[in-house]
Amino acid sequence: MDALLNPYWIQIFELACVFAVSALGLNIIYGYTGLFSLGHAAFYGIGAYTAAFLMKSYGGDSQAAFLAAVLCGGAAAAAVAALIGLPTMRLTSDYLGIATLGFGVIMKVVFDNADAFLPELGGARGMTGISRMTSLPWALGFLVLSTLVVRNLVHSSYGRALTAIREDETAAGTMGIDVFRCKLAGFTVGCAFAGIAGGLYAHLYAFLHPSNFDFIKSVDVLMIVVIGGLGNMSGTLAAAFGWVFLLEGMRFLLPPDYVELRWVVIPVLLVATMLLRPQGLLGRRELPFLRGGGLQ
Amino acid sequence: MDYFLQQTINGLQIGFVYALIALGYTMVYGVVRLINFAHGDVFMVGAFIGLYAIDRGRLPLPVVFAAAIVGCALLAVVIERVAYRPLRDAPKIAVLITAIGVSFFLEYFTSLNQVFGPNYYSFPRPFEVVSWEIGEVTVTNIQAIIFAVTLSCLVALQYVVYRTKAGKAMRAVSHDHVAAGLMGVNVNLVITFTFGLGAALAGAGGVLYGIAYPQVNTFMGFVPGLKAFTAAVLGGIGSIPGAVLGALIMGQAETMTSAYLSSTYRDGIAFLILILVLLWRPTGIMGSPRADKV
Repeated sequence: MDALLNPYWIQIFELACVFAVSALGLNIIYGYTGLFSLGHAAFYGIGAYTAAFLMKSYGGDSQAAFLAAVLCGGAAAAAVAALIGLPTMRLTSDYLGIATLGFGVIMKVVFDNADAFLPELGGARGMTGISRMTSLPWALGFLVLSTLVVRNLVHSSYGRALTAIREDETAAGTMGIDVFRCKLAGFTVGCAFAGIAGGLYAHLYAFLHPSNFDFIKSVDVLMIVVIGGLGNMSGTLAAAFGWVFLLEGMRFLLPPDYVELRWVVIPVLLVATMLLRPQGLLGRRELPFLRGGGLQ
Repeated sequence: MDYFLQQTINGLQIGFVYALIALGYTMVYGVVRLINFAHGDVFMVGAFIGLYAIDRGRLPLPVVFAAAIVGCALLAVVIERVAYRPLRDAPKIAVLITAIGVSFFLEYFTSLNQVFGPNYYSFPRPFEVVSWEIGEVTVTNIQAIIFAVTLSCLVALQYVVYRTKAGKAMRAVSHDHVAAGLMGVNVNLVITFTFGLGAALAGAGGVLYGIAYPQVNTFMGFVPGLKAFTAAVLGGIGSIPGAVLGALIMGQAETMTSAYLSSTYRDGIAFLILILVLLWRPTGIMGSPRADKV
């Protein structure tokens, strides 16, 4: 039991919660609405830097301020997402993916040069002096809350509209759904979760570096969502925890000299998963409490 | 003005290398609608084959290029066979994630000590660097070789795509793979051929990159790959002249930003141009709009 509860594993568990919140957001964007986004880490980063900056400048170590800062991180990410979404939601499938990828690269450049306009952000040297606020209750609390919000959203009429757009945009429009507005709303809400996750992440390791928010990190989240099964909350949660614990667990499973082999093993597992179960590990099966009340 | 001309030449140098990579992306996308994320890593393998051929083999330059071209083509054919072909009918995202998986695998597997190793390795210059003064501008023989190799690859590619039976089959599959199959085209063979052809160009590009920027590492393919892919989108994905044009624009944008602003903004400007072009003309500069059927 002690081995399970040592601080190291608790921190890994908290990280998994943060990943899961971010992945739930991408699941709204890509899994439910069908908007291909390759720039999720940019919004994660916006949330992280916003929350960290607010906390560092005004928050001290007050828990209430921390809550406010994390929510501000989410709001900042949502605001930027709405701005970016206005022009880009017209783009379809792969092109949207490329545009968001481009935005991700641009944000990475902005984070790298952030010290030019706000010295506190640290730029390419990384941001230090962030207080360690993300505790197990905070991480778990935000995860439970996010899961509930996402569950209620996707089973609401708005959620149905998003799913309808994913299935067939033209048909959804014909049925009277305002496709553009719903897409923008789905994208904004999904990015808000990324921002919240970013705020939690900033206060988990108390250090931020632009490389934490590059393209690879967007891909990590995308892989979690796809492996879990698109539009499947249980799958996203399972994949997020599986992903983080697999990465860390391999440090122990592999002999010390071969730890770097995990980055050889993981792609092989990934490709094998896609070859054997292209619809994701869980496919369409949801845990009971995440299922909708009415029609499936 | 001289400074500007000099930067234009430098921009052309990197632009031509991007063009060789971008062609692979654009051809594969044209035929199977897949963003082949592993392509940049095939380019990296090309650079390493070049390194070994020059450093250990002491082979003459044409043989070095041939080795990289053949090696990369074989690698891409194997990747297509093992990872992509079983997913031909799977959802597109499964193939995309597989491509990312293959990319990671190539990067990390080759960075093992038993393979290429994790460090930066200096790429030996296979010839003495000579520079010529033309007016106020300096041109090196490295740049001359890059221009010559890229242009000959382009001419060869143009010939393959528009003058051979294999090229005709490629264009047919790209236009409509079901109909092409019904007309007796061996679609799988054409797809394999396209992957091989794209990788061959990337292999040549890898050697050129190594000669021009003489440091190689197993993760070197990722960023040029991303930029070359962007260039392909910029020019209009699926279009061969578009890929070259996009790559040249990308090279210029990047070089000019480094020259006149700051090299830290280099990547940002290139992608800013991409987003603007996508908004103004989502199919890219030379791409033809594709109507979606309801």
